[in-house]
Amino acid sequence: MPILWLFLIVLAIAIAGYYLGKARVMRSADGDRRHMHSLPSYYGGNVAIKAAVPALIVMLIWLLAQPMIVSNAVSGMIPQAAIADNSSRGLVLSEVRRTADGLDMAVSAGTLDAAAASDPQADLDAVTEGLQQAGAIITSQITQPVLSAAQSYRALNARGTLIMSAVVIVLSVLGALWGLRDAQADYRARNVVETAVRWLLISAASIAILTTLGIVLSLVFNTVEFFRLYPASDFFFGTNWAPSFSGRGGSSDLGVLPLLWGTFYISLVALAVAIPIGLFAAIYLSEYASNGVRSFAKPLLEVLAGIPTIVYGLFALLTVGPLLVSVFGRDGLGIMPAGTAVITAGLVMGVMLIPFVSSLSDDIINAVPQAMRDGSYGLGATKSETIRQVILPAALPGIVGAILLAASRAIGETMIVVLGAGAAARLSLNPFDAMTTVTAKIVSQLTGDADFASPEALVAFALGMTLFVITLALNVFALYIVRKYREQYD
Amino acid sequence: MSDASLSSGAAPHSGAKSLLVQDARTRKRNAAERRFKAYGMIAILIGLFFLVVLAVSIIRSGTPAFTQTVVDVEFTLTADQYAAAEGELFKTKAYEGLLIEQIRETLEAQGIDVAFDAGAIERLLGKPGGTLREYYRANEQSLGSPVSFQLAAASRVDGYLTGRVTREALQDTRFMQASDLDLVDALLEAGIITRAFNWTFITGADSGVDNPGGAGIGASVIGSFFMMLVVLILSLPIGVAASIYLEEFAPQNRFTDLIEVNISNLAAVPSIVFGILGLAVFIQFMHLPQSAPLVGGLVLTLMTLPTIIISTRASLKSVPPSIRDAALGVGASKMQAVFHHVLPLAMPGILTGTIIGLAQALGETAPLLLIGMVGFVARGYPDGVLAGFTEPNSAMPAQIYTWAARADASFYEKAWGGIIILLLFLLTMNIIAIILRRRFERRW
Repeated sequence: MPILWLFLIVLAIAIAGYYLGKARVMRSADGDRRHMHSLPSYYGGNVAIKAAVPALIVMLIWLLAQPMIVSNAVSGMIPQAAIADNSSRGLVLSEVRRTADGLDMAVSAGTLDAAAASDPQADLDAVTEGLQQAGAIITSQITQPVLSAAQSYRALNARGTLIMSAVVIVLSVLGALWGLRDAQADYRARNVVETAVRWLLISAASIAILTTLGIVLSLVFNTVEFFRLYPASDFFFGTNWAPSFSGRGGSSDLGVLPLLWGTFYISLVALAVAIPIGLFAAIYLSEYASNGVRSFAKPLLEVLAGIPTIVYGLFALLTVGPLLVSVFGRDGLGIMPAGTAVITAGLVMGVMLIPFVSSLSDDIINAVPQAMRDGSYGLGATKSETIRQVILPAALPGIVGAILLAASRAIGETMIVVLGAGAAARLSLNPFDAMTTVTAKIVSQLTGDADFASPEALVAFALGMTLFVITLALNVFALYIVRKYREQYD
Repeated sequence: MSDASLSSGAAPHSGAKSLLVQDARTRKRNAAERRFKAYGMIAILIGLFFLVVLAVSIIRSGTPAFTQTVVDVEFTLTADQYAAAEGELFKTKAYEGLLIEQIRETLEAQGIDVAFDAGAIERLLGKPGGTLREYYRANEQSLGSPVSFQLAAASRVDGYLTGRVTREALQDTRFMQASDLDLVDALLEAGIITRAFNWTFITGADSGVDNPGGAGIGASVIGSFFMMLVVLILSLPIGVAASIYLEEFAPQNRFTDLIEVNISNLAAVPSIVFGILGLAVFIQFMHLPQSAPLVGGLVLTLMTLPTIIISTRASLKSVPPSIRDAALGVGASKMQAVFHHVLPLAMPGILTGTIIGLAQALGETAPLLLIGMVGFVARGYPDGVLAGFTEPNSAMPAQIYTWAARADASFYEKAWGGIIILLLFLLTMNIIAIILRRRFERRW
């Protein structure tokens, strides 16, 4: 745990600096805090920040950069001959990394002594046995190039960590000294500390940008990798989804259209359930219901949105599916072969979406000014005529926005379709057929035993990209509509 | 004027009109009004109906997971029998014979007559002889006096009692035969088979696919706990810091606009995309351990941040400007005004939002599937606090998914039971949030 220790050492230096700085400024002001520019704790904080922040930043950058540099260096050492025909440099490199980790494990477990672990002339059999005894995951007998690469990997890493520790500690001490030099009564410590805190706040806020960047980059890189192995036109316009993990490259059909159709169809069924129920519930709650009913029914409906989706998934698989089969299945109408089907997942997802539609629409209907209702009543309209001809048209853009948000929710929903919709990718119009969606396929492609170099695993990233783009477009559009028309009556 | 002419009845085109008699059109309009109102009521009732159905099916299917069928038998072993049994070649077989004898006597005493053999007992109880022998070898002092044993029954007996295994659908296998059910009925009548609270389900770890009876949720509760710890440690400070910046300090410029748009977009990104992010960045790129609560916590942190930021901003906004002005007036800096005056007043709201965000994260499943918390079987508890973060473990929702995806139908009961536990946790968190809100609610 050297990194944890290093972190704790830096922290200790910072804490010591805090108290030293505080003491020093008190001395320089002759113990009278009225002579100082800032409160004493700011001088201490100034020392602590200068001791910790540059050191920790260097440590973070080093930790991110070192593996890449070491991997590059080691990768150059592997001779072309050592790479088997059906393998690649990346695979050998990951084996090297595994072996290096195994050597560390073996040394700490005592099955291999430190000298033997770094001895280039070590007996391969003995090393392999030592690794296996320590419980390291190695596939087969270690070969000489892999062993020597792993040894230099370890050596480089150990040297890198050592240099990093030294640099970080020296930086931390220097920072503390710099802060201590500044701990004089007329130094503007509060301004320095507050600037630092402000940067801390800004960096916390920037994590949203970093996350988005991370999502986009991880999707884009892997998607590009996928399209290098599999033609994009076949992916976007293929009507057949048939991945085969056994044959690598070319033998799988990875057309996205059946998945998009399944996603679209299930979402449609879900919205057909959620929109009428949600909308009528919202109208009743905001226009007709008494305060008592409202304060009782609204939170209860919202409970439906707070239930984890795995619960809905299980509900679809074990309750709704068998129920539908008993009505439409072989004993009933005979049109539903199994419990997992579009209608099962769609119905349950519709139930989940009811509160999304109702709560958002409720807010929007409430935002329609009372003057419009009064005007309509004054002309002699009944309540329902007012609602249908005045309030709903006025609230329509907002309601459309709410429905779009619910639709994007439906498209991105995973657990209900994984458990309730089946796994067959097909282009069919029958709602009693099993179908599958983009999200369900992402799960099944990435939880198998595929290696990340095959198109069958990489396709999940292309699917994720498709999903991300579709839901993002829907969300942006929905938010745009809601925002634009909500201000209309202000 | 027109009123006068109407009331005089001189207008030839209109019939007699009274406020007390509705004409056809008014009746139609009123009927439409009533219908419309009824649609609204029906919609609410449908929504509440679904909620009730969901609750009933969870409770009805989930409660059997908390009890377990046990064979409660009073067993007396004399020292002579003990010595004789230990002297035999098949020792556990000898104990089993004695157990059968005892059960037969109990049944006879109650006047119940049923034929059974050692095979039937083994099918119902597994290998009870070994359990008995182990007990007496450890507690020789209880020889001669009656000891009450609670032996766990096989999962098919469990299923027979809960209605999952029926007499009609049963086919004779080496696990259970039709004649065994007669014995089960007889034992039920004699009060030997009872149901007891299943502590293994609460405290245990996941079992293999062939042992649904021994599966427990305890280890994955621990996994969820460590995951939530990571989420709390990271998302609360980061979320609050980001909200403070955006709400109190941010100038109106392109950078803060970008941050705001990003936050509202992240709140709407499908959860599985966060799973892909976690897989690509934390596991593929940073080589953090797969299936570890640490990685799950990091992914869920990114998902929870928008929720926390949105609720924190709302509660910061609700602190009146006069508080800030007063602080600035006595010479505090902007930073001091925020950290010493605004933030403490906004804290209850922030905590409420945080708990709701954590509750959402606790129920999230899809991203955990991708970072490998489903392929792993949570076989035990982690060794220590640090290992709790990095050792492979499962989380409650992932564990429930694992059970639901298994072929053996007896795991479904466990899945429903797991859901009850999960919902209890969520309920507790939500109640805490409500109490916090009630307790600290301020109106300015």
